[in-house]
Order: sequence, then C-alpha cells, then structure tokens
Amino acid sequence: MNINFNLLKELVSVYGPSSNEGAIREFIKNEIKDYVDEIETDNLGNLIARKKGNGKKIMISAHMDQIGFMITDIDEKGFLRFTNVGGISPYISISQRVIFENGTVGVIYHEPVDDMSKLKLENMYIDIGAFSKEEAEKKVKIGDICIYKTEFDENENVVFSNYLDDRVGCFIAIEAIKQIKNSVNDLYFVFSTQEEVGLRGAKTAAYKVDPDIGLSLDVTSHGDTPKAKRFAVGLNKGAAIKVKDNSIICHPKVKELLVEIAKENKIPYQMEVLEFGGTDSGAIHVTKEGVPSGVISIPTRYVHSTVEMASKNDIINCVELLIKFLEHDINI
Amino acid sequence: MLLKELTEASGVSGNEKEVRDLIISEIKDYVDSYKIDKIGNIIAYKKGKDFGKKLMITAHMDEVGLMIKDIDKDGFLKFITVGGIDKRILVSKPVLVGKNKLPGVIGAKPIHLQKPDERKRALNIDELYIDIGAKSKEEAEKHVNIGDYAIFDSDYVEFGDGLVKAKALDNRVGCSLLIKLIKEIKDISFYAVFTVMEEVGLVGAGPAAFEVNPDYAIILEGTLCYDMPKLDTHLIPTYLNNGPAISLIDRTTIYNRKFRDKIVEIAEKNNIPYQYRKTSMGGNDSGKIHTAKEGCITTAISVPCRYIHSTASVMSKKDYDNTFELLKEILLHFEKGEI
Repeated sequence: MNINFNLLKELVSVYGPSSNEGAIREFIKNEIKDYVDEIETDNLGNLIARKKGNGKKIMISAHMDQIGFMITDIDEKGFLRFTNVGGISPYISISQRVIFENGTVGVIYHEPVDDMSKLKLENMYIDIGAFSKEEAEKKVKIGDICIYKTEFDENENVVFSNYLDDRVGCFIAIEAIKQIKNSVNDLYFVFSTQEEVGLRGAKTAAYKVDPDIGLSLDVTSHGDTPKAKRFAVGLNKGAAIKVKDNSIICHPKVKELLVEIAKENKIPYQMEVLEFGGTDSGAIHVTKEGVPSGVISIPTRYVHSTVEMASKNDIINCVELLIKFLEHDINI
Repeated sequence: MLLKELTEASGVSGNEKEVRDLIISEIKDYVDSYKIDKIGNIIAYKKGKDFGKKLMITAHMDEVGLMIKDIDKDGFLKFITVGGIDKRILVSKPVLVGKNKLPGVIGAKPIHLQKPDERKRALNIDELYIDIGAKSKEEAEKHVNIGDYAIFDSDYVEFGDGLVKAKALDNRVGCSLLIKLIKEIKDISFYAVFTVMEEVGLVGAGPAAFEVNPDYAIILEGTLCYDMPKLDTHLIPTYLNNGPAISLIDRTTIYNRKFRDKIVEIAEKNNIPYQYRKTSMGGNDSGKIHTAKEGCITTAISVPCRYIHSTASVMSKKDYDNTFELLKEILLHFEKGEI
C-alpha cells in the first residue's frame, strides 16, 4: 500500500486542544466531505461522518483533540499561569514552545526550585514576551488554551512529531474513508472531542450513533526502548490489536476477528495488553445496552511528549487492517 | 429567611428529604409541574415563553456530613465521613445525630494526655467518636441506629460587612438562588432541578439530565474561596466580594467557551462584577450533565464560599445578589433568543 504521509504532517500541525477542536474539525471535514454520505457536528463538537452500507452499524472513533495548557491567570508583568488540559508532564514542558489559536507563541519555564523532583505546574509559567499585563491581555485571554509547538520530522522508517496522539488515528480513519469504495457495513466515522480529559466526546457520540460495534484508533505505548518497562508492544512489529487497557477489556469476538483478518491478509500485527491508559472504546462499549468494541492501536514511543514517534510500516498496517475489517461481512 | 432555613436543614448525601421537603414547599406554587424522580431529585418545570431551547438550571441539595457506623460498649458513636471532609476540622465540634437531631459532640483525647507525636498530627477518624451523653451501648441504641446521619450543629449568622456564616452553604446557596429564580422569573420556560448526592460522585445529576435532556444547563454552586493569605494571584481560586465565579475547567468539565464568553459579555454590559474560578480542582454536576445522552452545553456559576465543607463556611451577600442579577440577565438573553 502506498500512503502519502504529507496529510499526517498537516494533521499534526492543526490547532485543536480538548474542548476547542473547531479548526481541526473544519480541516478534517474538508478532507473527507467528498467521500462520505452524511456529515454532522454534535453538541460536544464531535464530527460524525457516515458511509452508508447495509451491514452492521460500526462506529470508528479517532480523537482529534490534543493535550494543552489553559491560561488561568495573567500577572502584573505579563506572565501567564496555567492549568493542564489532559496529561501534561511538568518536566517535558520545561523550555518548550507553545502556540495559541491566534498564533501567539510563548515558552514555558519555571520559578527557581530547590528540588526539581517537586516541580509542579503551579510553579511554572508561560512567557509570551509581553512586558506588562495590558500587553499580554491583548494577545491572550483567561481561558485560552495553547498547545506544544514543534516540528514534524520523518525518515524512511518513522515519523516523529508532537500530537501523533491522536492525529495518526485521524489519519488512518481518513485513509480508510478515502479508500473504501462500496461499504458493506454502515460506517460512522467519529472524529471525537475531549478524549484526553476523559473520553467525553466519544460518550455522547456513541449515544447518538448507537452502533452495533465500536472500534477506536489511538496510539499506545512501547516496550522497546532501553530499559523500558516490560510491555510486548514495539515499533515496526505491526498493527497493535488491543486486548485491554484501563478503560476496556476488548470484546473477544471483535479482538479475534481483527486477529483473523490480519492473518488472512498477512498483515503484521501484535497483541497489546496495556496496564494503564484508556481510549474512546472505553466509553463506547458501555453505551446504552452495551456495544462490543475493540481497538486498533498504533505503537508509539514517548506519548504525551513533543516528540512522539511511530513507524510508517505500522501505520500502513493499521490502515490495511482497518479497511479489511470494515469491508468484512461481520456477524457478532 | 430562606437561606437560614436551608442551611440549617439536614441533608447529607443520600438523606436529602428534609431539604427536599423545604424546597418543595417553597416552589410548589410557582412552578407548573414538579416531581421527585426515582433517585430523589426534584425536577420542576416552569412554563413561560418558549425560546426554542430546553434550559435546565440545577443546584445540588446535599451537603457533606457524617454517618454512624458503630456504637461502642460505653455508648460512644463511631462514624465515617460522607463526602469530602478535612479530618482536622472535626475535633470538639457539636453535631446533631439522626432524624430527631440528638445533640452530640465529636470527642477526642484531651491535649494533656496526648503524646508529643499525637499533638503534631491530625487525629484519624478512627480515634474520634461522637459523645451523645449515653452511659452505655444499650442507652445509646435507644436513640441512635447504625446508618444514621449526623450533621454539624451550626447556626446561620450574619456578621461583618454583609457576610454570612453557616454550614452547608455548599450548596444551599445554589438552592436558594434557584428558588429565588423560580419565584421571580415569570416569563421564561426552564427546568429547575435540585439534585441529590453530588458530594459523593455527582450521582443524582446523571439521571436528571437523562430525563430532562436539556440543550443548555446552568449549574449553580457554592465554590471554594481561599483569598486570605498573601498568595500569588494564580493560586487564589476565587475572592470574596468579587462577584459570581464563572468556571473555566475542573476535574469533570471543560466549560463551553462560547457560552462562557456570552455570559461574561452579559455581565460586563450590565456592570455586574464577575470573576473566573481559577482552579481546576474539584468538580460538580456539570460533569454528568454535559455528557448525558447526546451531550449539552453547560456553565457553572458559583458564589465563593470560604471554609467550604466545614462547620462554618462564609459567603458574602453582595456576591449572592450579584450572582442572582447575572442569572436574571442570562435568562433574559435566552428569552430574547440571544444565546
């Protein structure tokens, strides 16, 4: 399969922290609108696109929101204080650049601390280079959210960038939307909101869609770097089929079907037993009367840092597995 | 005075009946319908002008408190906390136990007898007991059952420059505001919902939102205020007397930006003071409401309360009045179709 990674490069660069996904939603909408039969946005901002079919109603969810920083205070000298939106590490954030929706750029630094192991976000600030409160307030308002600003890089093996979590999932969903011509199943692609703060968008989207089967696409962790915590997932070993994480034990039939399809089509895959974390399927599978759900994960190093890294082969294998699954006549 | 009656009523999570009865007696003549749902919420509807959107305004009725878990052989009551209570505030506080509000005192070892290390730490709940003056287990059992609730015995007192001291301002202040809205707003349709068991995990709000299925929800709260010491401004969640606190983000919700901006615009246009709730700690019924069914748009507007979740929280009547003014203006904008 030949895949153009330029779209992924564009996807990671579009602003869209949890609760403020307007720009990325518009970007994705434009990208897919000619390939879907229906498209709508719900109350929480989820983008729901349907490719009609007569088979099972499948909800495919990839979250478009990003972790970031919400401004809670601007001091007399124009320094910004913030709280985290999603899982932000103070250590990773030190000396990182951030960018606001209006393009304002700042850097994160910290007050002098005696013991770095006790560093907390409340001891950190964002410096946007303003010399007074008034000047800062012209560029940033309390409640504004900024995100990490870094660059996308790639070589023949991998991509590394901020916000592969979960724009790489969005990328895989978009590729499937474009490549699936005549859908057997009734496909609802959901680009969900507020996953990073507790799977909130997927919860309301699943209620609306009311699917027969749920499948989410998200990054997972890795166990293949020096002295990494033992975890059987690594880069370039294939699409990861989730068995469990902290939000779900995947439905055995969905999981087994994914394995079966991978084997049939000779798509490299690996099984994922994650001892922490969660993703949209965690919310989907307990919706209404319950929804058999699974997850295709993209093995990713350094998740929630500014340099998340994933293998191009894995990404391609995830796209192939997703398409074959969605094109399959499913009886669950 | 209504706020006095509300704060002095007993309504620990799971045992809201006294507060619920009081609220129903206040609102029944002013609403078009009301019911108590299966979990104990009051869901009232006030019919006025239909502006094309379903609006729900909520306040939780319950308060934090204590529950009796055992009675020892000497007639002392052992207890657990219900909701978030700082164990350091408990020692030697008067309490009222059970339906008949039997007076008691939370007792502990006197300072004279404490070992040096005991003086340095807060006593654990296990080391405390409620003394109701009973001489034996048998005598205590005549008045108290395991599972009975206890509330703090704390009067409503006005003091200083328009300040109020009371227990349970979180969230009888929200209940009081909502009752006042029901009584004074004549011509706008809205659902008024008084929820149960917020303090133990937003339990009532989910079922209420599921039933009402609103487009917009306004959550009324008493929220934390910590403005005394000379803290950096970003560490002060809210200030007393700076007006209603509008939530940005907390553990349960990132509040809708457009709705918040509109509310701020309304406050500024009408010269109503307001402040942002600057901490992301805590949460409220919005968490369950905005993700119910297909989701809805929420805001949380709170009266700042010092010493929240204690026997004596403190609020300002000026903040209360300004919160009410802001709510009235918001409803007016709904009526005009401007939200």
